[in-house]
Amino acid sequence: MVRYLKYLTPLVVFLVVVWFLGRGLYLNPREVPSPLVDKPAPVFSVADLHRPERQFSSEKMMGQVWILNVWASWCRACRDEHPLFVDLGRKNIVPIVGLNYKDQRGDALEWLRALGDPYVASAYDVDGRVGMDFGVYGVPETYVIDKQGIIRYKHIGPVTAKSLETKVVALVKELQQ
Amino acid sequence: MIPEIGHYALILALSMAIIQSVLPLIGAQQAKASWIAVARPAAQGQFAFVLVSFGCLTYAFITNDFSVQYAASHSNSQLPIEYRIAAVWGGHEGSLLLWALMLAGWTFAVSILSKNLPDEMVARVIGVLGLVSVGFLLFLLLTSNPFDRLIPAALDGRDLNPLLQDPGLIIHPPMLYMGYVGFSVAFAFAIAALLSGRLDAAWARWSRPWTTAAWCFLTIGIALGSWWAYYELGWGGWWFWDPVENASFMPWLIGTALIHSLAVTEKRGSFKNWTVLLAIIAFSMSLLGTFLVRSGVLTSVHAFATDPARGVYILGFLAVTIGGSLFLYAVRAPSVSKGGEFSMLSRETLLLSNNVLLVVACGTVLLGTLYPLLLDALDMGKISVGPPYFNSVFVPLMMPLLFLIGLAPFVRWKKANLGELARLLRWAFCVALVVALLLPFTMGEWHWMVSLSLLMAMWIIVTAMLGFIRRVKRGNGLKGISMSYYGMQIGHLGMAVFVIGVAMIGGYQTEKDVRMEIGDVTTVGGYTFRFDGVVEQAGPNYQATRGYIQVMKDGKNVMLMHPEKRIYNVQTMPMTEAAIDSGFTRDLYVSLGEPVSGGAWSVRIYHKPFVNWIWGGCALMALGGLFAICDRRYRIASRQRKEAEKRKMATANQGSSGDVTGTAAVAREAKA
Repeated sequence: MVRYLKYLTPLVVFLVVVWFLGRGLYLNPREVPSPLVDKPAPVFSVADLHRPERQFSSEKMMGQVWILNVWASWCRACRDEHPLFVDLGRKNIVPIVGLNYKDQRGDALEWLRALGDPYVASAYDVDGRVGMDFGVYGVPETYVIDKQGIIRYKHIGPVTAKSLETKVVALVKELQQ
Repeated sequence: MIPEIGHYALILALSMAIIQSVLPLIGAQQAKASWIAVARPAAQGQFAFVLVSFGCLTYAFITNDFSVQYAASHSNSQLPIEYRIAAVWGGHEGSLLLWALMLAGWTFAVSILSKNLPDEMVARVIGVLGLVSVGFLLFLLLTSNPFDRLIPAALDGRDLNPLLQDPGLIIHPPMLYMGYVGFSVAFAFAIAALLSGRLDAAWARWSRPWTTAAWCFLTIGIALGSWWAYYELGWGGWWFWDPVENASFMPWLIGTALIHSLAVTEKRGSFKNWTVLLAIIAFSMSLLGTFLVRSGVLTSVHAFATDPARGVYILGFLAVTIGGSLFLYAVRAPSVSKGGEFSMLSRETLLLSNNVLLVVACGTVLLGTLYPLLLDALDMGKISVGPPYFNSVFVPLMMPLLFLIGLAPFVRWKKANLGELARLLRWAFCVALVVALLLPFTMGEWHWMVSLSLLMAMWIIVTAMLGFIRRVKRGNGLKGISMSYYGMQIGHLGMAVFVIGVAMIGGYQTEKDVRMEIGDVTTVGGYTFRFDGVVEQAGPNYQATRGYIQVMKDGKNVMLMHPEKRIYNVQTMPMTEAAIDSGFTRDLYVSLGEPVSGGAWSVRIYHKPFVNWIWGGCALMALGGLFAICDRRYRIASRQRKEAEKRKMATANQGSSGDVTGTAAVAREAKA
């Protein structure tokens, strides 16, 4: 019997590998947890997109749950997710702040005029400094920040209707209680 | 219309593949001569249909038929014709079709080059290959149909990824696939042997040239890929331990073990089970590679589209094919006879060590490649495994292997004498040692790692020379040496050349990353580089910023180099085209970084000693394989078999038994 078991070893090893590969199919290797999750959000103060002479300061948002959406007019995927934020903005559940990342002011304003502006405020991060502090890999990215100013969730890439509903809005409602 | 013909031909190919696998396999099991006879024509028919299908897809690319979804996403009317053809395999669907074509091509080759094998064996081999074909053709038709229409048609295509618009891409994937898919033949031979229960020296001799051929293609394919990465990516590296590279390297390691273990099985009748297992593993590695690359479970610089349905299909296919094979192995292997005995110091032992080292090396690469996935699957966090792991684990495993390469050809089968070996090889070792200790000084600096690598390389070279001298003395000159001996030594010399290249690059490469304004000079590796500015130029489907760099040595102008920065019109993706001056003992490599300010650019300059030896070594290894395939004994063996077959036929005609043709002849040959 033992003699026969020896010859089964390759099959057993193989099945273990297949099990792991199968699990791997349902994981997303690009979903990297941000080191900033559960850490205080970087405090920033940059020019307001609509009124260049005014500053937007993230300290203003303290004490409430809010969403930071990083976008740019040159970003194709932002265009895909934008209607979802316009929808969400209309519902008035949670304030959304837009961080316009490495963009031209004119292009950005034109883009918001054409596609709708769901943001309570738009910060103009022309040189990408704020993005760097937040560890932005690429646009779009979306952060949920709680009343104490702590990042509770980070979404990389465009949100979908489903991920916005199940992850972002659900978390916001939980945090607002 | 043409795409529909292609689609239809693909469906016909699938039907043909089903016939090709079912009838011959059952026929061979039940000794039905008429069913066995279906194998060859069915295989040839399947090849014809896949070829028609591939031709139709190529036609869609050449004629810019953007109503075909796949052509619309991977080609463009501005694309030069040679890249339009290469774009056929530039994406997922097309590269799978190429896979299927190669598989059908190998099967076709088996069907016409196996006249001398017993029909029943050929039927099983072709039948198993047919099963693999069914798997891939179904995969194509169910999840990745390249002939899907796009309605309404696109005005123009989205273009081929600029990274892939390169002569390297025209030949790299076909070569690599020839190698990957070629292992399916070795696999089919192994399964056929397990099914028939006839695992013997004759089996090893039949599958040996096929395995070596596949290995040669894979060697060339990997080398081309490495070379392409070197000049196209602009980082000047030649190997990155990227998952996709590893996916091609693992079958190579196992394939290398397999061709050595087949030698033992053929010559001594030993390691039979092990050889069969290696043949199965080599093909599993090819399939695993396909899975890793096509399913997107791993992140890689080769960003392929990910689609879970495809991943599930390949994984299921992998589980069925390999799981089934390993099950068959578990059932059949215990009854296989052990081969000849051998002592602790014998060629068998050394080849076994070679196999163990290569398999362990493959295991470490597999572990490094899958480790991030394993941890993630167990919810233990995300990590990535980089070159430090691979270098620190892989290199120590290779050193003893290199030593064995020099030693093993002098060691006798069965039992060798240590004293005799030491007397024979001590001078060779001394010569290698002296050269290895002194050579690094000529490069200016002494590194122990370079010296050790050179010792191994010189050891292989000196012992190979010694081997040739001994053979010449013993026999009738260089002509008296068999092709397979030439093949072995050329292959081993290729390894030595490769090691020299790697060691020299590792120890003596110099690079500078500098900001250069017009007229600035910088010195790298004894050459002085002067930046003379950039000029805008238009290419066929891109805009280029062409740099002018004057290279000087000892105050004299040597050459003008033109690194480029290209923006491709359709995908607006910036590409770096490095300027490379290739030489026998060094490459000069210049690539443009970014414009900094006021006409200044960041420029990356490398001096790479002996870098071409890396690919030269690979080419020599493949050449060695080619020599080995051409050895007379495969042809003699087949002639003998043919005669034996004739005799057998004569006796069979006198008697009345018809179906068992070949078995007796095979048994006779196995004894011989």
